[in-house]
Amino acid sequence: MKLTTPLTDASVEKLHAGDTVEITGTIYVARDAAHKQMVDALDRGEKLPVDLTGQIVYYMGPSPTKPGQVIGSAGPTTSGRMDAYAPRLMEIGLKGMIGKGLRAAPVKDAIKKHKAVYFAATGGAAALISQRIKKAQVMAYEDLGAEALQKLEVEDFPVIVVNDIFGGDAYEDGKKKYAKK
Amino acid sequence: MREIQANQITETLARLAVEANHYLGDDVVAALKHAREIEESPAGRDVLDQLLKNVEIAKQGTFPLCQDTGVAVVVVELGQEVHVVGGDLFQAIHEGVKQGYTGGFLRKSMVGQPFSERKNTKDNTPAMIHTDIVPGDKIKLTIMPKGGGCENMSALAMLTPSAGRKGVIDFIVNTIDKAGSNPCPPTIVGVGIGGSSDQAMWLAKKSLLRPLGEWNPDSETAALEKELLEKINNLGIGPMGLGGRTTALAVHVLTTPCHIASMPVGVNVQCHSARYKEAVL
Repeated sequence: MKLTTPLTDASVEKLHAGDTVEITGTIYVARDAAHKQMVDALDRGEKLPVDLTGQIVYYMGPSPTKPGQVIGSAGPTTSGRMDAYAPRLMEIGLKGMIGKGLRAAPVKDAIKKHKAVYFAATGGAAALISQRIKKAQVMAYEDLGAEALQKLEVEDFPVIVVNDIFGGDAYEDGKKKYAKK
Repeated sequence: MREIQANQITETLARLAVEANHYLGDDVVAALKHAREIEESPAGRDVLDQLLKNVEIAKQGTFPLCQDTGVAVVVVELGQEVHVVGGDLFQAIHEGVKQGYTGGFLRKSMVGQPFSERKNTKDNTPAMIHTDIVPGDKIKLTIMPKGGGCENMSALAMLTPSAGRKGVIDFIVNTIDKAGSNPCPPTIVGVGIGGSSDQAMWLAKKSLLRPLGEWNPDSETAALEKELLEKINNLGIGPMGLGGRTTALAVHVLTTPCHIASMPVGVNVQCHSARYKEAVL
């Protein structure tokens, strides 16, 4: 199905684990170091450099942009490393996360509690994914290089719903279906 | 003694770093195509289609296969009749990595001090260098850009001999089960058995350089590889963890003698973007 950003409770309620989704609109990019800086800022009582209310964060650190390109290769990184920070961002209104790999129980609980969603993009399909990114702009933490906070404009960005607000988990479902003794 | 110029080593590595990150080996592409043919899961087939399309885009030389262009693992087989002149061998390697990653628009993914400051070194150095001295008058250089996601799923068990073959299998299968979707399956599972803790881990990584489709030449070890591959693929994790038949493309095992009290088992996981390129000088 097609999905446009920003997300609302109503748009998240329609998503179920295993759904394939194409996202169009603005998404933000942050990985380990940018997450640490954002959560440190919240701990100090400061505002974030961007308003994440209703937004999606993509866990990604691109390869360098060549002259004439929008962005370099841009596939997802392992989401588990952001588990320590994700519930805090959902508390302040983050609605979606894109990455790859397993999430910890507190993240799945926060997804249910705050009506958010965790999507997976295909790890290692970075050159292909990059073709769906139409604009890229560094918003903060420029000194972090590939780990800077960025804003992207995407068109039909391909993802699959892994964790939904109903407690569904596409990784668990898939494994159960295809496991053999 | 045959003389080889240090700058020749630098230039070769700079070229290999860029090639490895854009051109997936024919053996890996063939394994992905086979996985696509036998995959029963629609989500798994979709992932494999995306990966095969990605290979086609990357080989045009503009976009690297993966944004994580890795830590530069460099394996050197140095002929004992070779004399490197005009510079230091290891410096020449680091310089090659620096030039390849900087000039080739590859991501710089190395931090210096690892436990607090974690500041990016900005040129992807240092390379992680493994050196073997071998007979002959040539140098073989292999670069293996190794991504962080799969490397983080590595594991070591210092098993006791009583654990036996079954203990080895249980540890390896359990390691891959726990890793789930994290290391970008379908993976290649590298295993080192025996030696010391460090040797087991190095053999696990070294085994990943074996072309896909080849089994260990020792029949008993090859039988272990086949049994491990079947058990791992029966986990049902599938491409990118979304469920399916192919969780691993291959299992590669290397063994070495060990102490009467020990049975070290090292596991090093390689994602489907199994990149390596080599050159002989």
